[in-house]
Amino acid sequence: MARGYSIFSILKHALRPKQPWPEAWAKPEPKSSYDAIVIGGGGHGLATAYYLAKNHGLKNIAVLEKGHIGSGNVGRNTTIIRSNYMLGANTAFFEKSLKMWEGLSHELDFNCMVSHRGQITVGISPTQMDSFARRGNIMRLNGIDAELLDRQELEKELPYLDYSKSARYPIWGALHQPRAGTVRHDAVAWGYARAASQLGVHIIENCEVTGILKADNTVTGVETTRGRILSDKVGIAVAGHTSHVAKMAGLRLPVESHVLQAFVTEPVKPMVHHVVSWGAELFYLSQSDKGGMVFGGHIDGFNTYTQRGQFFKAKEVMECAVALMPFMSRMRLLRAWGGLVDMTPDGSPFICTTPIDGLYLNGGWCYQGFKATPASGFTFAHTMAKNEAHHLSAGFALDRLMKGKELDEHGVGNWTYKQ
Amino acid sequence: MSEFRYGGDATKKRPGPGAGGLKVWHEYVFTFDNPKGPHEEFWQHTLGCRQWFKLKRNTATNEILGGGA
Amino acid sequence: MSFRRLTSGGRLDRDKSVKFRFNGKRLKGLSGDTLASALLANDRLLVGRSFKYHRPRGIVGAGVEEPNALFTIGKDGTEQVNVIGTCLELTENLRAKSQNAWPALSFDLRAVNQLFAPIFGAGFYYKTFMGPRLKSWMFYEPHIRHAAGLGKTGTQGTAARHNTRNAFSDVLIIGSGPAGLAAALALAGTGVSVTLAEQDFELGGSILSSQNENLLAWREATLATLNRAENLRLLTRATVQGLFDGNQAIIAIGGTMVESLRARTIIFATGAVERPLVFDDNDLPGVMLASALRTYANRFALLPSKRCIIATNNDSAYETAFDLVTLGATVMIADERNGIAGELLAKSASLGVVVFAGSSIAAVAGKRRIEAVMLGGPHHVRLSCDLLGMSGGWSPLVHLTSQVGSKPQFNPSVQAFVPGPLATGHYVAGACNGSFGTLAAINTGQAQASAVLAALGKKAINKTDVPPLEADRGLAILPSVSPSKSRFAFVDFQNDVTAKDIAQARDEGYTNIEHLKRYTTLGMGTDQGKTSNINALAMLANLRDVPISQVGTTTFRPPFTPLTVGAIVGRSLGQHFRPTRRSPLHDWHEQNGATMIDAGLWKRAWYYNWAGKTPHEAYLKEMELVRHNVGLSDVSTLGKIDVQGKDAAEFLNRVYVNGFAKLAVGRARYGVMLNDDGLVLDDGTTSRISETKFYMTTTTAQAGEVMSWLEYLLQCHWPDLDVHVTSLTDEWGGMALSGPNARQVLERAFPEEDLSDSALPYMAVKDIEYEKVPIRILRLSFSGELGYEIHCPANFTQGLWEHVLKMGASAGLKPYGLEALASLRIEKGHVAGLELDHRNSLDDLGLGKMASSKKSFVGDTLRMREDMMAPERWSLVGLELLEPGKKLRGGAILFAAKDEIKGHGRGYITSVTWSTDLQIYVALGLYQGGLAHENEEIIAAFPLKNEKVRLRIVSPHFIDREGTRLNA
Repeated sequence: MARGYSIFSILKHALRPKQPWPEAWAKPEPKSSYDAIVIGGGGHGLATAYYLAKNHGLKNIAVLEKGHIGSGNVGRNTTIIRSNYMLGANTAFFEKSLKMWEGLSHELDFNCMVSHRGQITVGISPTQMDSFARRGNIMRLNGIDAELLDRQELEKELPYLDYSKSARYPIWGALHQPRAGTVRHDAVAWGYARAASQLGVHIIENCEVTGILKADNTVTGVETTRGRILSDKVGIAVAGHTSHVAKMAGLRLPVESHVLQAFVTEPVKPMVHHVVSWGAELFYLSQSDKGGMVFGGHIDGFNTYTQRGQFFKAKEVMECAVALMPFMSRMRLLRAWGGLVDMTPDGSPFICTTPIDGLYLNGGWCYQGFKATPASGFTFAHTMAKNEAHHLSAGFALDRLMKGKELDEHGVGNWTYKQ
Repeated sequence: MSEFRYGGDATKKRPGPGAGGLKVWHEYVFTFDNPKGPHEEFWQHTLGCRQWFKLKRNTATNEILGGGA
Repeated sequence: MSFRRLTSGGRLDRDKSVKFRFNGKRLKGLSGDTLASALLANDRLLVGRSFKYHRPRGIVGAGVEEPNALFTIGKDGTEQVNVIGTCLELTENLRAKSQNAWPALSFDLRAVNQLFAPIFGAGFYYKTFMGPRLKSWMFYEPHIRHAAGLGKTGTQGTAARHNTRNAFSDVLIIGSGPAGLAAALALAGTGVSVTLAEQDFELGGSILSSQNENLLAWREATLATLNRAENLRLLTRATVQGLFDGNQAIIAIGGTMVESLRARTIIFATGAVERPLVFDDNDLPGVMLASALRTYANRFALLPSKRCIIATNNDSAYETAFDLVTLGATVMIADERNGIAGELLAKSASLGVVVFAGSSIAAVAGKRRIEAVMLGGPHHVRLSCDLLGMSGGWSPLVHLTSQVGSKPQFNPSVQAFVPGPLATGHYVAGACNGSFGTLAAINTGQAQASAVLAALGKKAINKTDVPPLEADRGLAILPSVSPSKSRFAFVDFQNDVTAKDIAQARDEGYTNIEHLKRYTTLGMGTDQGKTSNINALAMLANLRDVPISQVGTTTFRPPFTPLTVGAIVGRSLGQHFRPTRRSPLHDWHEQNGATMIDAGLWKRAWYYNWAGKTPHEAYLKEMELVRHNVGLSDVSTLGKIDVQGKDAAEFLNRVYVNGFAKLAVGRARYGVMLNDDGLVLDDGTTSRISETKFYMTTTTAQAGEVMSWLEYLLQCHWPDLDVHVTSLTDEWGGMALSGPNARQVLERAFPEEDLSDSALPYMAVKDIEYEKVPIRILRLSFSGELGYEIHCPANFTQGLWEHVLKMGASAGLKPYGLEALASLRIEKGHVAGLELDHRNSLDDLGLGKMASSKKSFVGDTLRMREDMMAPERWSLVGLELLEPGKKLRGGAILFAAKDEIKGHGRGYITSVTWSTDLQIYVALGLYQGGLAHENEEIIAAFPLKNEKVRLRIVSPHFIDREGTRLNA
């Protein structure tokens, strides 16, 4: 566990303003070789490095980040955590992640503001309520909290939804996971970075990997904008850019890069006390601690690396907001942004070994990268250290599509752009 | 709803009926070049004439580079 | 009084007094005022409290850059929060309330937060509130949330009527300052279509803040020309909020209209906003931007009453000082620079403006408003004053060019970021490009208009009028060094980020500008850092000892100013959120007591009230009707696709797993389609109308996807096939006539036709004409009973429906709804709905035998993948409830009798119904190993309701396994 932050240290610094706070994470020069290299200083990469150091005793680890840490999706998402997954290979993994979130602020000695405010998914038809029931039952049978709410119960919890006759889709009820919630996203990157740095991990920013070195079929290191760095274990955790980096090692992957937009309104006093999502179309909203309504929907629907969204999709998402929560029509949009997500044909990720020895892959997260961060780092560290799948992430193998083991949680079919 | 819909990489060669084994079809259906830069792709004028067409677009800028061959 | 209203001048209509309320108090302003200028005219300097420390805050600016003057407008319940007072035109009976003060604006208890400022530094929350236990944040969070948030909103929707529209233009000019007006003037009468968008309610931009008569006259003359030109569209109150790919500009017009404008070219003439200076207590009410003082004086006739101090690091503030003095104010200048240009000093002296050179603001004094300043530098004096105008230089509004990917570049000569390399068709003019000065703006505006004409292939224009003005003066700006130790030297007013916070963040290693922003919340307020970002960048560059260009900027994102969500949505709300698809029988259903239910975009008849009181009673009666007599149901929502061409049979052979090539004319066949991945896409019945013409039906849910998929295969991959597909879903309606007495009714309906079993056997199709209406009769059955589908063009469907009902009345024919339809199919074991969820293979659905081995079809390779062939896969079974009096529910999880009830089980229930025939609950489900376990007793668990029931696995065909009823 990392150390050093508390109300006492704050008081100490307040009383002695001359004494500056220490750097949250060190900024060392890269060494010429490491025992393990993680490409990508996002949430997953930093978490992986932390668990490599903490759980697997590796001392000599580097995280190579082309820009600044946390500059990818860990700082661009809608901050939701949940474990309402029903397919076999998903359920335990995401529940592990949710359990890890519960203790993360203490583990990292960094307040990630983990808020278990609950997630409520609103259902719009009896058939949808049946599919919610299946999901909720699976959750209960796996020790995960879940409850079905009928329309009356829901109205008590979420009085601001449109229950009127003029609603386009009627509200039938909802599936509620009370332990789900939100986390202050940037804090996750900084907290893992600080904790990893305290364990001796080198976090090297402004260091772009430009090539992956191989001898025969074995990884030997990477070329970077700050020179050649050797290692016989290289992990890729660069969601949004996975294809590009994997291609350096000659891999072609079941991944397409898409932009996912997110939105925040001006802050107002507390109004929405849960994460609320909807069964009519993909839509999710929560109110940040600062007061802004943070929300999002589906990907724009075509591959791009631009990190900016299209207006038609922004409008569609806002239509969802107003249709479900009429008060949103009076809220004012403060900022819209986009993040690059790795979309896969079945909507599920990869945490796995690759056909190249010593090269490991963590990617393909689609919409669900942020909530997966702790378990992803935890299991990927295991895979990198032991050269084998962790049992919790065994379903996220690269060859699952070849074997017909798709994990299509949404039931969409083999199109990246529809997932 | 958008007037157009995306339909994926147009440079992939669909194996003919009855042709191609598991590996070929796996490659065709599930894997992508996903380049950052020029990309030739299918689009359909869904809320219009229903025509599927090829488009060249720079995925780094979304600039349209012209129609496909 | 800090300001006094002049009896003449300004752009006000003194004959039109405007009444408004501020925090319940009745006040008056003038027509032409903004809410902010009206408040200043009423001596309301204090307008809000700050976010974190609840410090009293006053109006700082006069335009979009305003960080403090945010109000809640309107009545309780439908109020609009965080409205920027400096941009809000004053209207009669406006109700404005200040925000974030408790219990009152003038007495805010949370101001006590200031005392704890030493511990409330950057990153405070990240370092504390963690203990004592796991999840302790859940204890602290509600208190912190309650303290945060600016305005308060109610649960109701908007009362405003918003609209959206689309427009196209050859040229979009953004901004109507001297650059924008000059560009528009140059384009007037050239034949290219031009849209000029101005955020203010008057055209003119910075000209409106000027008292130069030549310039004002030029504006008048220019506007006269522009108003006459037919190729120009002049939009006021029109803010270009976002720029998207393909030159799509999103323009908010007047609060209730959002226009999507596709422009071939864009001239950015967005201007610049002034930056504050950073010194201790620079947030005291009465400390304002120098340019704002000039605007309030010249445009709104509000002059500092007593003495006004102007603090600056550049030449631009002198213009403000001279204008104020000319109008009669007393002004002193504190200039951080030494070596001030001689002509400025001379003019200052001649106008009686005292200039303190080399002097910065060391401190300010005053409680609720500024009373005096202490100068730093060589002149250690205390100057009493009632206003302080500050100028830290200018920041071009590069937001829009940046939104589409042009990275701003630092121009050291003006100490500002200007647009970087631009996309094709983009042009920048005036202050937006760092060309400060009115003449420069006019000249670049004209030049860019010429460039646009050239790009559009038009003839260049002659030079247009330029007003006689003094030559522009450069900024001669001296980069300010901000104090980093002071407790309350604010960089970001709205988010209460101080210079000290920035220094601390830097100590902690948050030295990347994005880290700094996120760690300190700098620039994350409703003003998105319009006044604060550049000061912070400069400070960070200074602390890191690198050039500012190396620090870079944060990313600019839409919208430019906060934009009402309801305005974006327009009329796509309530019932109009998404289109409603109605069957041609919709009105009949509604008029005849049907309860409707949503099915995707469709409204379908769920059940009819004639049948019973509760939905449950109703659908059971309807089921019995079909099983024992005859019923009629609307199936118009099914996908209907006309497939024609000489290769039509070959095409269907490729897309269906089963063969269609040998299907005889006049016969129908049930078919299943796979995706390329080998999983089931859809099912339906396709009939052969002629050698080259087929009539395909799909499920309601997948109709659109199947159509698009067929077009994709034909157009992109199999262009050699001579096949055309046309959707008839909306053009044709259909009804299902089902039950043992169906033929009797059909024969009465069409007495001229031979509809006997031999003439129209099961799975046969017949086209007839009845009263000149083409009708297609397909002998199909979804229910398992003797059944016919009768299809005809949509505009005749209701007539046909009524005809059939009439002819069947004596037999007892009545309509049945979707619930009965779906339940009847469960009894018959037809897959639909949740069984067709893209996760199941042919074998999973018990349809493996349909796959032809004699031909290739879509999905035939990948359906053979290892796991998809595994015997332990979950496949379709029928389920009978063994415990009378209990209930079966969809979504229950299945376990073998010996299993421990945990984990993912061995399957689940997809669809359930009460069987009127068997008088038990029956269900379809997927179970590991499927019918290999037929007759086994298993368990369905529904832990969400603490239920567990015993079931038996049976054939999914609960009724008439031999199909005698179908073939009757």
